[in-house]
Amino acid sequence: MSVLAPGSLDTDGFWGMISEGRTAIRRISAFDPSQFRSQVAGEIDFDPAAMGLSHREARRLDRASMLAVVCARRAVEQAGLDHSLDPARLGVSVGNAVGSATSIEQEYVVLSDGGAEWFVDQTYQSPHLFDYFTPGSIAREVAQTVGAEGPVGVVSAGCTSGIDSLGHAATLIAEGSADVMLAGATDAPVTPIAVACFDAIRATTPNNDDPAGAARPFDRRRNGFAIAEGAAMLVLEDLEHARERGIPVLGEIAGYGTTCNAYHMTGLTAEGDEMTRAIDQALAEARVSAESIDYVNAHGSGTRQNDLHETSAIKRSLGQYAYQVPISSIKSMVGHSLGAIGSIEVAACLLALQHSLIPPTANLKEPDPKCDLDYVPLAAREAALRTVLTIGSGFGGFQSAMVLRKVDL
Amino acid sequence: MSPTGCAVTGIDVIAPTGLTLDEYWGRTCRGESGIRVIDDFDGRYHNALAGVIPDFVAQKHLPGRLITQTDRVTQLALVAADRALIDSGVDLDQRDPYDCAVVTSNATGGFEFSHREMQRLWTQGRESVSVYQCFAWFYAVNTGQISIRHRLRGPGSVLVAEQAGGLDALGHARRNIRRGRCSMVVAGGMESSFDPWGWVSHQASGNLTPARDPVEGYLPFSPAANGYVPGEGGAMLILEADDAVEPGRGYGHIVGYASGFNPRNDPAYTRPLRRVIEAALAEAELSATDVDVVFADAAGTRADDAGEALALAETFGPYGIPVAAPKSGTGRLMAGAGAVDIVCALLALRDNVIPPAVHVQSTDLPIDLVCETARKTPLNTALVLARGAGGFVSALVLRK
Repeated sequence: MSVLAPGSLDTDGFWGMISEGRTAIRRISAFDPSQFRSQVAGEIDFDPAAMGLSHREARRLDRASMLAVVCARRAVEQAGLDHSLDPARLGVSVGNAVGSATSIEQEYVVLSDGGAEWFVDQTYQSPHLFDYFTPGSIAREVAQTVGAEGPVGVVSAGCTSGIDSLGHAATLIAEGSADVMLAGATDAPVTPIAVACFDAIRATTPNNDDPAGAARPFDRRRNGFAIAEGAAMLVLEDLEHARERGIPVLGEIAGYGTTCNAYHMTGLTAEGDEMTRAIDQALAEARVSAESIDYVNAHGSGTRQNDLHETSAIKRSLGQYAYQVPISSIKSMVGHSLGAIGSIEVAACLLALQHSLIPPTANLKEPDPKCDLDYVPLAAREAALRTVLTIGSGFGGFQSAMVLRKVDL
Repeated sequence: MSPTGCAVTGIDVIAPTGLTLDEYWGRTCRGESGIRVIDDFDGRYHNALAGVIPDFVAQKHLPGRLITQTDRVTQLALVAADRALIDSGVDLDQRDPYDCAVVTSNATGGFEFSHREMQRLWTQGRESVSVYQCFAWFYAVNTGQISIRHRLRGPGSVLVAEQAGGLDALGHARRNIRRGRCSMVVAGGMESSFDPWGWVSHQASGNLTPARDPVEGYLPFSPAANGYVPGEGGAMLILEADDAVEPGRGYGHIVGYASGFNPRNDPAYTRPLRRVIEAALAEAELSATDVDVVFADAAGTRADDAGEALALAETFGPYGIPVAAPKSGTGRLMAGAGAVDIVCALLALRDNVIPPAVHVQSTDLPIDLVCETARKTPLNTALVLARGAGGFVSALVLRK
C-alpha cells in the first residue's frame, strides 16, 4: 500500500505524523484564500518530478490523477507484482468524489476569462480538458500505468468513495472477476470552487488563526472539517494468491457494508440508524462480534452534526461495548480529503494493526459531553490490535463501514 | 433465484428521440433521428451537432424545491426513475427500505449547475455561491437524490467509466441482487452537459464530427464515418431478484456481465473486448451461437469501428450475427448510453425486431449491420457492448 497525505510524502512519513499526533492543517497555499470563510486546508507539498512523474504526466494529469498514479506505482512495487500476472486478471478501482476539480476550475477561469464570458472561448482549451471533464480518466491513468486488462473504474459515492472503492474491489476478487485489484482513492479538492461550496453550508472550519488546531473532532469547540487532498492505493488479492506469491500480507478486508440514509443530501438523521446498519453489515460479513473490535477509526469529520450522529451510531452498533472501545479521527491531523480519505483511513488501520498503536484524535482538548466515548485524545496509545473497524459518511447520504483484520501467516 | 440472473421489471428512457418510452421506441424502430444543430451557440463553436432532448420541462414533473437544487441531468434522472418505478408496479410501501438500492453512472456530473456557480464565484465572490453547489454537481448526486425521493436505503453506488459506465451500473446492480445485498435496485445512467462550458469540454475529446448536417454527423461502421455526435439523456431500470418476479411480469433477465480494460492506445487490440464478451456469455452459461443480436458500442470513428467489427468477427464469424447501432439516432450519451441500449435491447426482444442504425446506409466492415429499416426476426438473447474513452470495455447479456 502507498499513502500520500498532507504533511508527508510517503507512507512512513504519514504514519510517523499521525502516530505522533502532529497535524498538517495550514493556511491554504494553493491560492490566496483571503476571501473565504475557511482559509485552512491539508495540502501536500507535491513536486511531480521528485515523485517520479514525467514532464508529460505533470502537464497532462490533474493533481488527483497524479497522486493516484504515484501511489499506484509505489503500491505495485511494494507488492512485488510483476509480468507473471495475467493482465486480464488485474483490475483497478479508484474512489473519487470531485474528479479533476482543480484542473476544471483552472481551465474554466482561462476559457471564461475570469468568469466574464458565459460562452467560454474554445481557442484557449487545453488538449487534456476532456480528461478533466470525465473522471473515468483517473482510473484509466492508473490502469495504463500497470497495464491492467481486468475490471477498471471509478467509484464515486462522495465522501465514502475511499471505503466503497476497496469494498468494490474486494467483491470483484471474491466473485472471481479478478485475482488482483489495485484499489484505493484520490481527491485533490483544494481549489476555490470547492472551498466556496463548503463555505456556503458552513461545513468547513473557520479557525483561520489556528490552522494546526482548526480541526477538532468530538471537541465541544468543533466547527467543521478542514478540506484536504490525498490518495492511497492498495494491492488487494485473494489470501491464497498472496500466500502462493510468498509476499508479506498487511491485513485482510474482513467485512464491508454500505447504506444510503435516503434523508438529505447533506443532513444526517439524529439517531444514525443507516450508519448503524452499515457497521452491522460489515461486522456480519466479517463474522465478528462487536466486542472483538479493538479500535474504531471514526469518520470524525468534526462537524457539529457528524460527531453526534456517529457517536450515536457506534453506540447502537456496539452497545455497552462502545464505552470501552478506543475510537479516533485522523481527520484532526490530515484533514478531510473527501473521496480519498476512506482509503487513507483503511491504510491507517492497517498501519495501526502492524504497529500495535492507535493514532490519536488531535486537538481534542475540551470533550463535548454529548460525545461521551473514548476518542483517544491527543496522544497515541499502544494496544494489542487484531480487528479494527473504519467508518465513513458522506454527502448524498452514503454511510459505509469496513472491518480490517490482522492475518496470521 | 436463478444462479445467473435478475429480472428487469420496469424501464424508462428520456432521449433525444423521445421524452417517453413509447415515443422513443416508436421513433427508434422507424429509424428517426434526434440529432440536430445545437441552436444555443449561434455557430460559434467548432462542432455543432448534438442529440438534444427538445421539450423537457422539469416543472411538469418535479417540485420546485428539487428543481432549485438540481442540475438538468439530475432532473432527467429523477423523472426517469419515477416512471421506471411506476412501470415496474413495485409497491415501495411494502418493501424494506434497506432491501432497495440505487446504482447509477454519470460521467460528467451536474456541469451546467457548476458552470453557473463558478461564474458567480469568479465574478461576484464566494458569498454568491449556492448552498446546493456542494452536492448538485458531483458524480454521486443522482444516486443520492433518487434514494432520498423514494426512501431507498440499500447499498447505493455510483460507477464511472465514461461510456462503459452505464453497463457497469446495471452489472453492479445485478451483483448486489445476486449476492443477496438487496432484492430491488433502481439502476441506470444519465448524462447532460450542453451548456457552453460542457460543450467545449465535449469538443476536447477530439472525436466529435466536424459535420454540420445532421444526416452526416454520426455514421458508425460506415465508410463515411467521421466522428461522433454527443447526446444527452439516459435510462433507468428496475431490477429485482428472479424469485420475486411472477411469470409474465417484466421485460427480461440480465444473465451475464463482464467488464475489462484496453490499456493500449490501439483499437485493433481486440483481446480485452473479446474477453469481456466471452466472460459475459460464460457467466450466462451461453455460447456465441446462442446470441441473436449484438447492440454495438458503435464509436463512429474509423479505427474504433474497425476494432469493434474485428472483435465481433473473431467472436461470431464474419457477418455472423446481426449488429444493431440505433444510437446513431441519439448520439453518444456517455453514461446514459449503456442503460438506453439495454432498454432498447429488451424492447427488441419483446417485439422481435432489430431497430436500424439511423443515417447509416451500408458498412464496409465484416459485420451484418442492420441499417435503413428495422429487421423482424425471432429474438431471445441480446448482447450489449459499451466502450468508454481511454479503454473501458463492458458487455452485458439479456434473455427474453
